[in-house]
Parts: sequence; C-alpha cells; structure tokens
Amino acid sequence: MSETNQNNTENIDYMTDSRPIAVGENTPGCKKRDPIVVAEDVTRSFGGINAVDVEYLEIPRHKITALIGPNGAGKTTLFNLLTGFDTPNTGKWQFEGSSLAGVSSYKVARMGMVRTFQLTKVMGKLTVMENMRLGAADQPGERLSKALFKGMWGGREKEITAQANVLLEKFKLDAKKDDYAASLSGGQRKLLEMARSLMVKPKLVMLDEPMAGVNPALTQSLLDHIKNLKAEGMTVLFVEHDMNMVRHIADWVVVMAEGKVVAEGPPGEVMKNPAVIDAYLGAHHDVDLGDAEGIKVLEAELEADEESVVGTEDAGILSEIVETKKEDGQ
Amino acid sequence: MDFGFILSSALGELFSPTTAAYALAALGLAVHFGYSGLLNFGQAGFMAVGAYGFAISTLTFDAPFFLALIISILCSVIFAFILGIPTLRLRADYLAIVTIAAAEIVRYVVTTNQLTSVTGSANGLAAFENTFYAMNPFPEGSYMGMNNRDFFIRVVGWGLVIVCCVLVWLLMRSPWGRVLKGIREDENAVRSLGKNVYAYKMQALVIGGVLGALAGMIFTLPRGAVQPSNYGTELTFFLWTCLLLGGMATVLGPVIGAMIFWVVLSLTQSLLYGLIESGAVTWLTTVQAGQLRYILVGVALMLLMIFRPQGVFGNKKELAFA
Repeated sequence: MSETNQNNTENIDYMTDSRPIAVGENTPGCKKRDPIVVAEDVTRSFGGINAVDVEYLEIPRHKITALIGPNGAGKTTLFNLLTGFDTPNTGKWQFEGSSLAGVSSYKVARMGMVRTFQLTKVMGKLTVMENMRLGAADQPGERLSKALFKGMWGGREKEITAQANVLLEKFKLDAKKDDYAASLSGGQRKLLEMARSLMVKPKLVMLDEPMAGVNPALTQSLLDHIKNLKAEGMTVLFVEHDMNMVRHIADWVVVMAEGKVVAEGPPGEVMKNPAVIDAYLGAHHDVDLGDAEGIKVLEAELEADEESVVGTEDAGILSEIVETKKEDGQ
Repeated sequence: MDFGFILSSALGELFSPTTAAYALAALGLAVHFGYSGLLNFGQAGFMAVGAYGFAISTLTFDAPFFLALIISILCSVIFAFILGIPTLRLRADYLAIVTIAAAEIVRYVVTTNQLTSVTGSANGLAAFENTFYAMNPFPEGSYMGMNNRDFFIRVVGWGLVIVCCVLVWLLMRSPWGRVLKGIREDENAVRSLGKNVYAYKMQALVIGGVLGALAGMIFTLPRGAVQPSNYGTELTFFLWTCLLLGGMATVLGPVIGAMIFWVVLSLTQSLLYGLIESGAVTWLTTVQAGQLRYILVGVALMLLMIFRPQGVFGNKKELAFA
C-alpha cells in the first residue's frame, strides 16, 4: 500500500499537476501543500530602514514562483537572506526542513539551493566551457589533495563536460563555448549564468531577473527552459519585472512591497488584486503595447477612464499618436 | 669597453641563484595574485620567514638540514595562516594592507636588539650554510667556470624552480586551479556554486607563501648570511616587477620575468660603468649610475604596461587589468 503511494508521488507529472498549491485561502503568508522553503519572521534592516520584514512565507515545491514588487521592495535582499549571502536580524528560515540559520552561502548551495545574481556574475577571463565546468558538484579534482593527479578527476571531468555541452546547446551558447565569457553580450551572460547554476543540479533555482536584457525570441525559448526545469523536478523562484513572463510561466506569485509580503496567489488572481495594481502594476498593466490590438484596447480603456484625457477635448497630441498607431496597425 | 665581459656577466645573472630565488618568489606571487587574485604585498616577509626559519633552527637548535627546511616551511605556513585568517573574509585590499605591514613587522622583529642572540639583530646571521654544502655531491673542480659550491647551489636552486613550476602548472590545469581562477574573477559567484571560497583562498595563500619561503632559503644560502635589510619592501616590489614583466597568470612568466629583470639590471650597470670609465659620460658618477639602473627598470616596466600589458608570456584576453 505504502509502495503504491510512493510510486504515485514519483509518477506525478509536475507540468500538469493542478492540485491546489495553497492549503486554504490564498492570503499573504498562507500555508502550502508542500513547501520547500519556509521563512518565519525574517527581518533585515539597513540603518533603521526595514529592507525585509517577512512574517511568514512558504515557497511551494515543484512549482514556479514569481517574486514581484516595486523597486526597493526587498526582493533581492530576501534572495540574499535565503541563500546565506546576508544574515537576517531576526527570524527562522529553512530549506527542505533543515534550518539555514548561520549556514554559510556555499553550504546552502551544496544543499541544492542555487541562485543567480541581478548583476550578472560570469568569470570573464575563463572560457564559457570553464564557467560551466566550475558549476559542477562532486569534482574530486577540486580538492587540493587530488588536484595533482589527473587520473583521479579526469573521468568526472568528462562527465561534467558532457553535461555542460547539453546545457550549452539548450541555451544556444554551444558555438561560444571556447570563447572567453568576457566576450559575451549582456544577454548571453545572463544565459550563461543560468546554465551554470543548473550545472549544480539544484533542487531550487533562484533567478534574479533572468530576462533582463534578453532579446524577445530568446525570451520565448528561455521561458520553455524554465518550464522544463519543473518537469525535471526542480523548483524555481524568480524575480522579474516582465509581467508577460510572470503571467506565462508562474504557478504562484508573491508580491512584496516595502519589505513585506502584501499578496500571494496564482498569477491571474494576484494581478486583479487592487492593492497589487496600485502598488506595482499600474492600471493598464494587462495591455500589451507591442501589438496593434493592444493599442486599441488601451485606447478604449483610456476613453472609459474618467481620469484620462484621451477621448476628451484636452487629448491634443495624445489622440494623434493613438490614431497614427492605429493606422500603422491596419 | 669590454663587451665580452659585459655580456658574460649579464648571462651569468641569467642562472644565478638570486635569479632562481626571485623566480620562485615571483611564482608564489603568481599563485597569489595571478591565479587567485590575492593582493600580497608582503612576499619579502615570506622570504624572510623562510630564511630566518632555516638559519635560526640550524644555528640555535643545531637542526640537521632537512629538519631546518621543514621548520622553515612550517613557519611560512603559520605566517600565511596568521595573515589569512583575519583578512581573507574581507575584500582583497585588506590583505594587501596587512601583508605589507606584516612583512615590515617581521623585518623589525628580527632587527630588535633584545633578540640579538637569536636573530643577530641588524647584522643578521651567518655560517648556517654548512649543513647544505655538506651534501654537495660534486667533487671540487671547475664546472662551467664555477667552483663546486656555486655549481651545487645553482643546480639545487634551478632544480627547485623547475619542480615548483611543474607543480604549479599541474595544480592550475586541475579543477582546483579552475576554482581559484573563478575566485579571482568573482568570489560571490563561486560561492553561489557551492565552493568554500575561504578555504581555497587560504590554500592558495599557503602555497604561494611556501614558495616564498623556499625562495628565501635559495636567496640566503649562497650569500652565507641573512640580513634584515635584504628583506625590505623594495624586495617585494622587485618581485612584482618580475611578475608583471613575465605575465601574471602564467607559470613561466615569473621565471622569465626574473631573468629579464636581472639581465637588464646587469647590462645597464655594466654599460653605464663602461661609459663612465671610458669618459663618454661625464655627468654621472658610478654611484648615480647604480641608482639610474632602477629608474631604467621602472621605465621599462611602464613601457611594458603601455604596449604589452599582459607581460611577455601573458594572454591578452586573460588580462587582469581589463
């Protein structure tokens, strides 16, 4: 009986798993069915300013969670606190049931919680391939006692290289693998950093603005990669300002403002939350200005909006812009 | 001017034990700065620790050669730990400040009068090299124009340089070396990948320090004396010059850099002295010429930094200043 149960849990397709994420209502700080990270009363202040003041937060396992919020909301600081790059003033936080208080950042990474940085960190004077190899865990040659003898690490090095080749191909960096990472563009560095963090084979990947500076075509394929991480059993937590991306791939959205978690829930629900719209999204966030349809929708919305000048006599130049855009679109 | 003599004395510098010592110490700096990004401005301190460790254990404690060697290496390891434990968690600049101060502290401690019986104060120590020359396998005679003692120290010194170069090369091509290079580029990124950055930096500091201690011994043995004035900050900066000349993140760079440094010093000295003696240069005394050499080395270094900043052997793409 217990065996079949276990099999069931293993056989779950994380891509299509639609069981509810939260236990009970989707309120800020709600309990999750299966949390991977639990943070309780985590606070961090910088000289009197409470950068992070999270009462209770759980990150659901095998899900893609987006962390959004206005600039200065404490998203990156929370990342730093969770991964051991910074120490909270108070609070408890744990990963897979083990407390992370006082655990140094490299140990956190070894436990399977790997992050990337908002300001991309690649090793410019190492080749792309070396950058990737650096990410791999369990390389005996990284111990000084074994480094001198290639026989002791050459085998593992081959496995690592094969693993890196697969990832580089996925991220379209395979043509660049022998170039120095310093020669990559900003977007390619983002990709390299993400690919490198996957070399660690993490359980939880924390991406800090993975899409900043990546071109639209690549964004699309990256979104697929991130979705696929879920299929491989990983959990993803990311900070992003691109709401389209959040809407497309996130299973769960956590909204932070002024260091606090102000809303949580599935993306569709959170983005309708008036508090979130006011604090962060802005009233017309769901209009995609990239296409002609979007312009029309926006125009219609603005005309209906009593505070807007569009559609009134004061519109002036604004109405012309909308008109020309409309013509271009047709 | 006797150009034959000028050239032969310059070539003599190429393989002198002092050049070997500079090469070893600069190799230590390459491990520190070139590969790990540790800004060590106290390599002279490591050399002094090595030299005094050897001399004191031989003279005061009557230790046999290999025991004295091991004691001297252990001293440099401890010195590295003392420097590293408080500073390696901090940014690179703190290590630079602490190392330059620590090297001076070592020099002042051995100069203290209260310790004259042990360190010989400003006069230093002498007559500790007999245990080394007692092992000389070469019978008396002339070896390429050298007596057997000079030949022995050259063989040992350059043998040590070759062995250490091979070891450093093996280490740096390994995954261990890759982690070090990663730390040089961005230690937080390496930390986020699950590597214990602190331990790696400490290991690098110790390895480079031991190379410095070995260099200190090779430096003092042919002189038969160890004096505190030899281990001032200028020694550290000569070593940095050697490192920059040759190329920072290379194994052969420091060795070739040390050779260039000494050959240039020797050539400029002989040429200037020759010119002064032959009456071609009247506005310079020989004492001034001795100082002018270092100015010329400085100019050479500036030209190098402008036109070939990666050094002789360095890879421009791997340039640490970029």
